[in-house]
Amino acid sequence: MTPLFRRKKSASSAKERLQLVLIHDRTDLSPSVLDALKDDLIATISRHVAIDPTEVDIRIAHEGRSQRLVADIPLQTSHRHR
Amino acid sequence: MTAKIITITSGKGGVGKTTAVANIAVSLAARGQKVVCIDGDIGLRNLDVVLGLENRIVYDLVDVIEGRCRLRQAMIRDKRLPELHLIPAAQTRDKSAVSPSDMIRLGDELREECDWVIIDSPAGIERGFRNAIAAADKVLVMTNPEVSAVRDADRVVGLLDADEKGPASLIINRLNITMVKRGDMLAVEDVLELLAIELIGIVPEDEGVIVASNRGTPLALDPKSRAGLAFQNIARRILGEEIPFLDLENHNLLQRIFTGRKTT
Repeated sequence: MTPLFRRKKSASSAKERLQLVLIHDRTDLSPSVLDALKDDLIATISRHVAIDPTEVDIRIAHEGRSQRLVADIPLQTSHRHR
Repeated sequence: MTAKIITITSGKGGVGKTTAVANIAVSLAARGQKVVCIDGDIGLRNLDVVLGLENRIVYDLVDVIEGRCRLRQAMIRDKRLPELHLIPAAQTRDKSAVSPSDMIRLGDELREECDWVIIDSPAGIERGFRNAIAAADKVLVMTNPEVSAVRDADRVVGLLDADEKGPASLIINRLNITMVKRGDMLAVEDVLELLAIELIGIVPEDEGVIVASNRGTPLALDPKSRAGLAFQNIARRILGEEIPFLDLENHNLLQRIFTGRKTT
């Protein structure tokens, strides 16, 4: 009865959990593989250009039944020329 | 005659494939279509009891494939619906008694015999599933609005795509509107968004399904049954008719309009 402690509806939990499970079932990319991939990408890109590792976002986007790996990697502002 | 071959599969067991095959076959036959349904679940046959034809089995699918009888001898004709026929599964053999190429050959032979062949796939994604989809022109994937059934359906949809048997169409079975409204069951839109395939039917949860299987009289023969009506609508969509979805929600929508308040 207390709204403060009201739990999230079970159907939305089901949907959220399925969204994650299906991505991994379809692509064979587990969260730990994705993390390893992210670390490798950060290391490789950092050798060429300055980035903030904490700002890097790597995830799987899906459109219908096809999946895409999407990386958003903000570059750090360069102060060299000014 | 050149029949179209439709297979109903699901990955997970117990979602209602056999009930769907029986009711869609009955609905097509009631519309004058000549239908042959095949029980693909060798060793665990059930389509015969759901259709109420268990006492009339002489030959089965494996007898046809191994040449112990002619195709027509294994086709049991339903006395209520003369256009409906069943080829039962063998009960004392296993899936390895049949191969996908056997099924393709049988399918080609059946195409000349009827308008529709409806194959009841066993659960799982192994040999029995491979056999059941081998000859299919169209595959219908069945799921329940429940996590494990949706996950398994997604796996099957992926396998069908890889096998160039797609795009599959989806039947959502055992939808409980009260639970959906309470937020305790995935809604039709949720399942469609997750699986991203075309919808061909929504079947409400209905106690009548058990009563019908007790009697061996498929629901689609009962004009008052909501699940029976949903299966008839699927059959009509298979025949190319445009039938709007969600009679169950339309019903509530009308109620809302007439009473001017939210119904439960």
